Amino acid sequence: MLEIKDLNAWYGESHVLHGAAFEVREGEVVTLLGRNGAGKSTTLKSIMGLVPRRQGSIRFRGAELIGAPPERIARAGIAFCPEERGIFGSLSVTENLLLPPVIAPGGLDLATIYALFPNLKERAGTAHGTKLSGGEQQMLAIARILRTGAKMLLLDEPTEGLAPVIVQQIGRTIREIKARGFTVLLVEQNFRFAATVADRHYVMEHGRVIDMIPNHLLSSSMDKLHDYLGV
Amino acid sequence: MMMIFGIPAPLLFGQLLLGLINGAFYAMLALGLSIIFGMLNIINFAHGALFMMGAFAAWILLQYLGIGYFPALILSPILIGLFGIVLERTLISRLYKLDHLYGLLLTFGLALVIEGLFRNYYGSSGMPYNIPAALQGATDLGFMYLPIYRAWVVVAAVVVCFATWAIIEKTFLGARLRAATENPALVRAFGINVPRLITITYGCGVALAAFAGVLAAPIYSVNPDMGDNFINTVFAIVVIGGMGSILGSILTGFGLGVIEGLTKVFYPQASATVIFLVMVIVLLFMPRGLFGKAA
Ligand SMILES: Nc1ncnc2c1ncn2[C@@H]1O[C@H](COP(=O)(O)OP(=O)(O)OP(=O)(O)O)[C@@H](O)[C@H]1O
Ligand SMILES: [Mg+2]
Repeated sequence: MLEIKDLNAWYGESHVLHGAAFEVREGEVVTLLGRNGAGKSTTLKSIMGLVPRRQGSIRFRGAELIGAPPERIARAGIAFCPEERGIFGSLSVTENLLLPPVIAPGGLDLATIYALFPNLKERAGTAHGTKLSGGEQQMLAIARILRTGAKMLLLDEPTEGLAPVIVQQIGRTIREIKARGFTVLLVEQNFRFAATVADRHYVMEHGRVIDMIPNHLLSSSMDKLHDYLGV
Repeated sequence: MMMIFGIPAPLLFGQLLLGLINGAFYAMLALGLSIIFGMLNIINFAHGALFMMGAFAAWILLQYLGIGYFPALILSPILIGLFGIVLERTLISRLYKLDHLYGLLLTFGLALVIEGLFRNYYGSSGMPYNIPAALQGATDLGFMYLPIYRAWVVVAAVVVCFATWAIIEKTFLGARLRAATENPALVRAFGINVPRLITITYGCGVALAAFAGVLAAPIYSVNPDMGDNFINTVFAIVVIGGMGSILGSILTGFGLGVIEGLTKVFYPQASATVIFLVMVIVLLFMPRGLFGKAA
C-alpha cells in the first residue's frame, strides 16, 4: 500500500534522512521505533510532503508522491496526526473535528467517532480546542482524521506523555480501526505499547531503517531492541 | 443654544459624527489589513492605493459607462479584488519563502507605482463624485442636522465589518481561514488548498478596501493621494488593535475615529497626533495591542 525507497530529507543544510526504506501493506499496523532524533517524525513529515526538501520514492497505491504538495498527498488518501497534535486554539472542538475535508467515502461518521471517544462528545461545545486536556487533544487529533475517508493513517507518538488509562484507550482505538480496515503507520518510543497494537516494527537509527521485527518475535528480540533503543 | 461641557452641542455632535465617519473608514481598512496580515504574513502597504483605486473605479464606471453609485458599490470591489488576486498570484506569492520585509517592500513599491500612474493620468487635483440622489439631503435630529449620506456610510461600514467578522468567526470557511492562519502546513496536510485560500483572502481584503473607496468617493474628492491620507493612521490602528485581530481592528477603528473627533473639539492642536499618542501608550502597557493574542 505504502512503499518507501531511498528516502532522503533535509532541513536547510542538515541532512536528516539517509535513504530510509520500508513498506506498509494494506490493513497492517506498522511501527517506526527508534531513539530521539532518529528521524521518525521526519519520515512521517516527508511522506506528507511537510519537509522543506526530500528525495527518493514514496509510492502509495502504486502512485509516486515524492513531488506532490501536501494537499494532493492528503487527497490521495493519507491522513496525518502530528507529534505536537496540532489542535487549533482559534477553532472550537467541533470545528477542529470537522476541519479536515472528507476526501473519500468510507470514513467514520460522527456517531461512531463519539462512540469511540465519549469524552469528545462531552467537550464538543468547548470554544477553543486547546482548552482540552492533553489526552482529549490527542483523541481529537486522531478522531478528526478518521472522518475523512483516508485509509492510511500516520500517527506520531499518540501516547506521548499521557496517563495509562488514556494510553489504553488509544490502544483500543487503534485495534478497532485496524479491524475496520484502516492501515496505520505508527511512530512510537514505547515499544511495550507498540507490541499491543502492531503487526511489524521497523527500527530507525540516524535516518535509516536498520531492522524489521515481526511482532511475534518481539519478545525474543528484547536484547537487540534494548540495544537499538538504548533503554 | 444647548451647551455640553461648555461646547455648543451641534459642534460636539458634528465632530462626533465626523469622527465616526473617519472611524468607519479606519475600521474597514484596518480589517482588510488584518485579514491579509493573518494569512499572508505581510503588511500590505498597497492597501491605501487599492482603496484609492476602488474610488477611481466608481468614478470611471460613472464617467465612461454611466454606471451609477449602487452598482459601483458591488462592481468596484469585484474588479479591484480581481486586480488584487492578479497581484497576489503574479508578484506577492513569489515572496512567501523570503523574509516578511520583502513583502512589505514590494507592496510599498506597488503603492508608489499605482499612485504615480493615476497621478500621471488624472492629475492630483481630484474629481468630484456626487452623492447618489437617493442619499442626498439631511434630517433634523433636533440637536443637529444629520446628512443622510454620512449616516449611510456609518451603517454600511458597520454592516460590512460585522458580516466579515461573522464569516471569519462563525462559518465553516472562516474556520478553515483561522486554522490556516495558525498552522498552514498542517491544514495543507488535511487536503485543503491553502495557497488558493491565501489568494482568496488577499482578494477579499482588497475588495474591502475598494468598497471603502467607493463609500469615500462622494465624501472626499476622488484623487490619487486619498489613500495616503488614511493609511498611516490605519497602520497605527492595526497595531493598537493587535496585529491580525479581526474584532480588534473593527472596534479600534471606530473607537479611535471618535477619539480623534472629540480631540478636535476639546484640544484641536492634538487632533493629528492623538492616535499615535494612543499607540505609544497602548504599546507601552500592552505590546501585543488591545486585542492581540498572547504568543
Ligand atoms: N524543523 C527542524 N529543523 C531542523 N532540524 C530538525 C527539525 N526537526 C527535526 N530536526 C532534526 O532532525 C533529526 C530527526 O528529528 P525527528 O524529529 O525526525 O526525530 P524523531 O525520531 O521523531 O525523534 P523524537 O523521538 O524525539 O520525536 C534530529 O536531529 C532533529 O534535531
Ligand atoms: Mg518525533
